[in-house]
Amino acid sequence: MMMSTITTDTLIEELLLNTTLEISADLQNHLRKLKRISVSKPVIFVGSGTCGHISGAQETLQAISHYLEENKVDAEVVETGCIGMCWAEPLVDIQLPGRSRISYQKVTPDLVTTLLDATLNFNCDQKHILGQYKNDATEPWENIPHMEDLLYFKNQHRRILQHCGKINPYNLEEYIAHGGFKALASTLLSNTPAQVRDTVIKSGLRGRGGGGYLSGKKWEAAALAAGEQKYLICNADESDPGAFMDRAIIEGNPHLLIEGMALAAYAAGTTKSYIYLRSSYELACERILKAINDCKEAGLLGHNILNSGFNLNITIRTGAGAFVCGEETALINSLEGKRGIPRPRPPYPTQQGLFNKPTVVNNVETLANVPGIIAGGAQKYKQAGTEKSPGTKVFAITGKLEKSGLIEVPMGTTLREIIFDIAGGIKKGKAFKAAQIGGPSGSCLVSEHLDTPIEYESLEAIDAIMGSGGLVVVDEDTCMVDLAKFFIDFLQNASCGKCIPCREGTHRMLEILEGITRRPEEGNHKTLDRFKGVMQLEELGRVISETSLCGLGKTAPKPLLSTLKYFSEEFEEHIYERKCRSNICRGLRTYTIDTEACTGCTLCAAKCPENAIIGAPKHPHFIVEDKCNGCGICYEVCKFDAVLLK
Amino acid sequence: MLIDIEVNGKIIKAKKEETILSALQRNGLNVPTLCSMKDLMPTGACRMCAVEIEGFQGLIPACSFPVNGWMRIKTHSPRVVTARKTIVELLLSNHPDDCLYCIRNGNCKLQNLAEEMNVHDRRFFGSKKKQKIDNSSPAIVREPDKCILCGRCVRYCDEVLGIAAIEFIRRGTHATIGPEFNKSLNNSTCIHCGQCIMNCPTGALHEKTSSTKVSKAIYHPQKHVIAITDSAMAVSLAEEFGLRAGKDMSGIVNAALRAIGFDAVFDSAFGADLYVQELVYELQERKREGTKQPLLSGHCPAWMKHARQTSGNLPDDITTALPPHHQLGRILKTYYAEKKNIDPSDIFIVSLNTCTAKKEEITNNAYVNGGFPNIDVSMTTRETADFIKLHGIDIHQIEEELTDLPFGMASTAGKIHTLAGGLTEAVIRNLFFSAKGRELRPPRITKLRNTKSIKEYLFKEGELQLKLIAVNGIKEAMEVMEEVRLGTRSADFIEVLACRDGCIGGGGQPLRQPAENVKSRRKALYDIDNKGSINVAEKNPEIEELANRFLGAPGSKKRATMLHIREIKKAAL
Repeated sequence: MMMSTITTDTLIEELLLNTTLEISADLQNHLRKLKRISVSKPVIFVGSGTCGHISGAQETLQAISHYLEENKVDAEVVETGCIGMCWAEPLVDIQLPGRSRISYQKVTPDLVTTLLDATLNFNCDQKHILGQYKNDATEPWENIPHMEDLLYFKNQHRRILQHCGKINPYNLEEYIAHGGFKALASTLLSNTPAQVRDTVIKSGLRGRGGGGYLSGKKWEAAALAAGEQKYLICNADESDPGAFMDRAIIEGNPHLLIEGMALAAYAAGTTKSYIYLRSSYELACERILKAINDCKEAGLLGHNILNSGFNLNITIRTGAGAFVCGEETALINSLEGKRGIPRPRPPYPTQQGLFNKPTVVNNVETLANVPGIIAGGAQKYKQAGTEKSPGTKVFAITGKLEKSGLIEVPMGTTLREIIFDIAGGIKKGKAFKAAQIGGPSGSCLVSEHLDTPIEYESLEAIDAIMGSGGLVVVDEDTCMVDLAKFFIDFLQNASCGKCIPCREGTHRMLEILEGITRRPEEGNHKTLDRFKGVMQLEELGRVISETSLCGLGKTAPKPLLSTLKYFSEEFEEHIYERKCRSNICRGLRTYTIDTEACTGCTLCAAKCPENAIIGAPKHPHFIVEDKCNGCGICYEVCKFDAVLLK
Repeated sequence: MLIDIEVNGKIIKAKKEETILSALQRNGLNVPTLCSMKDLMPTGACRMCAVEIEGFQGLIPACSFPVNGWMRIKTHSPRVVTARKTIVELLLSNHPDDCLYCIRNGNCKLQNLAEEMNVHDRRFFGSKKKQKIDNSSPAIVREPDKCILCGRCVRYCDEVLGIAAIEFIRRGTHATIGPEFNKSLNNSTCIHCGQCIMNCPTGALHEKTSSTKVSKAIYHPQKHVIAITDSAMAVSLAEEFGLRAGKDMSGIVNAALRAIGFDAVFDSAFGADLYVQELVYELQERKREGTKQPLLSGHCPAWMKHARQTSGNLPDDITTALPPHHQLGRILKTYYAEKKNIDPSDIFIVSLNTCTAKKEEITNNAYVNGGFPNIDVSMTTRETADFIKLHGIDIHQIEEELTDLPFGMASTAGKIHTLAGGLTEAVIRNLFFSAKGRELRPPRITKLRNTKSIKEYLFKEGELQLKLIAVNGIKEAMEVMEEVRLGTRSADFIEVLACRDGCIGGGGQPLRQPAENVKSRRKALYDIDNKGSINVAEKNPEIEELANRFLGAPGSKKRATMLHIREIKKAAL
């Protein structure tokens, strides 16, 4: 075959180095194949990110392979990353020769046979269809909406996630065919590090890990710092509950991160780089490792990259799972093999970081933005987003949403657009109550903030933080005290224990919250303590955020203080009326038995863990309130609806 | 370069790039700290030193933030004071409320801070951590409940000593400090030097006290209780009584101990004289045999523990001579017992010194002779002061007394052997004496009297040429040993003391004393030496007497069995 003569080296030679040359017809053809503009045999894409795996993509994949073998169908099966439609997983896309690529949702293994039978015969299964991708070179399917026109995608602006979920993350050639490494090649061949920094500073790219510091300035500080040995660290220790932006980028398009890192390393004058990866991201680790090795083999990493004299090695280090290691100085300590606890700043890592050498720590998303900026220029980058927060932001939207998943929107998009336009509103048509933005140590936003543009400045104005991109949306059925308790519990568990205000303070905050959600204990001084505690909450929160050592402690009281601010009446109900309006706080629930409805079946009494239900068989039962812990098992097991929640 | 900064409305001078804390302290302004340690990198753990700086959102820790230009600082604004007070209250809310029963009652940094911050109200309630007391070590007791996790002990043990026997374990509210895997201290690499105690602001670390045992022995009708005092302890004790640092209390200690009921009071310097004789003999022997390896001193128990645990066995080059107080102890339980006609089992010897590691040392099998330990109890300076106070002795009223003879008579070389470089000085004097047959004049060797961690001295007398090194600080000692191993440093004799500045900086010394006190203690000991009439062990008449009557000359068989651990050397240790 002619194709076999085109190797990765040819691609690099023709596409990255000799840009002025005419591209040969062979190569043209090869590129069309790599970009899946045209395919010669059916290609089946299975969304195999971690989210896909959890939804059963691997079983679906097995079923597909089995089907192909059984029916002797010659087709290519490709595992892709996550496209962001987590609600629709497992996703299976099929592209037939001459036809556009169509996408099916929720493809369980038992659906595979019917689905493939139909599709391979050019009939599509309307029930599970999501849409088809636009492709000018092929014949579109009839009566199937374009994916790009779906509300979920229409309101997004996908730059970093552009290829995520579409291309094969194991294939370096596909990335190059899509224009990858072009920015790196042209930079290494014709630009100085200062020029790269300049472009990135002009683009206004700000750290996506949460800090919002100008990335170009950070590189400049490290580049100008004294010393030969400098380091670049990619922070991929993503541990916010409900956040998976970094994971999706690495799993879906690992080469993009590598190119971004290479550019950053070049700009900041570093020669050794680390990716500090969360240890539970096994799939991401596997994919980035493969990508690094492929790049090394192709001469895109390692010694004398593309004959430019620039060297870069990327090493992967997995963390042991401590939340605090996402904080850059704690991360550096952990990388050095020490206990992962933050160091005081100054000295900042750009002056004294890893092994006391100048170090740049950038988040995955920040680095993934860089190739685009270099390729398209600062002006083009600034076309999306707002004046002070240019570009796009990836959010992991979870919670009580119709469609939860991964989205990328321009900075300045409002919460309303995200929740109601992209995510399709709140589940089951319930009312929106609040959204937790910026991870566990972020703030909650309420309905009055629905039209606030999401960008660094306007969030700061309402005392919220951008964070790394976690967005948890809750509906009217959620108890805000319970939610605050959940986040404080998470944070006090995640506290490293180094500084006193965070270690002792968050623990006391949690205990105060537990105090007001617990079943009242009569006859001792606990009641008085409870009130005393509540009165301290605000001041305690202020001291913790003012005095704590690192970002974790400084922002730890935020979820509590913000819920306290917007939902004070709910707190008051818990405190004064001992009532949880959503009936979430177990300790405050009261159950009674409707003696009319109770048949005396004894099931509830048998299941009660506290032996709080009394009554003779075939006679109505009663709940002894003092003994009841509010677990609600009786309520769940009663077949006669005789247990009532007061 | 000095620049102006404004603090509480006043302009003060600060050096550029120094920390705000050091600028404040130099200008006589105090902000409280719990974790700040001189000469170590700031860790910023306690947040007590938080100050308000104009233009910053949160409060800024003075201990780690550098002066980088004009700044307007408020050190005691209501906002700052509230924050500090809250931090203390948070600590107290998770601290056992047993100040009255605590060994550090009245001498506790946390207690002081609570008082300074006017904490009079319990604002925070909740669960308190409950962890087991670790009293597995013969020397040091850990009470993790009282630990406020300031990390001073961890940092000192790691950064200054290079031992790293204790570390932070677990995180958040479960964080605690302990040996690896939170095992007990006797199963760790701890060398019992007690510097963690010296650095602990609370009662979380303290020595294991043995005063009850001593009291019981004193009031036992048959027991003949002997105290072995130590010159380093004697010059440090004054601080425990609020007296001038560096005051020599040896006379008063002798009187106080006798008043308490000790039957005899001897001086460990006598043992040191014997020890120096043995060392010099060994050194000369090695030189004659042409041994290349240096002879290592073995009187610092912390160093011995470290040497033992790192080489698996007692290294060949460590002297086999017993440490000074053991030499004396052994003589007391044999020669003295026989002379006094006392059953050796009735002799109870208490060694009073500045060391916590000796508490562990005396339990070692190698220092047991014929079933009797050479030393029964070892007490620190702190315990000695407590013991004197416990027995109602008013040190202001009693008259100074001399030590008992014969073992109270000692050369001043023996008295300075606990100083960094002191033993080397004593060895040099003895070497000179045996080479020339006369005393070195002037006896003091100024090259060894500085505060450096590693001091070298080249002894040259006729044919004999020896290089002697005195190291203080276990980390520096490890470095020197490594250099010797690699052959980059050569020596004939190395004196090792695990604590900085030697025994006057020991782990049993008065707590929370200003750093200058060590200088006063050093000066006091050198004063004793400068004023003393017998400057070398060989000129000590009682040593000569003992040699004639019992031990024989250095190298004798009697000395080998009495003063060395040669026979049971390796297996026992």
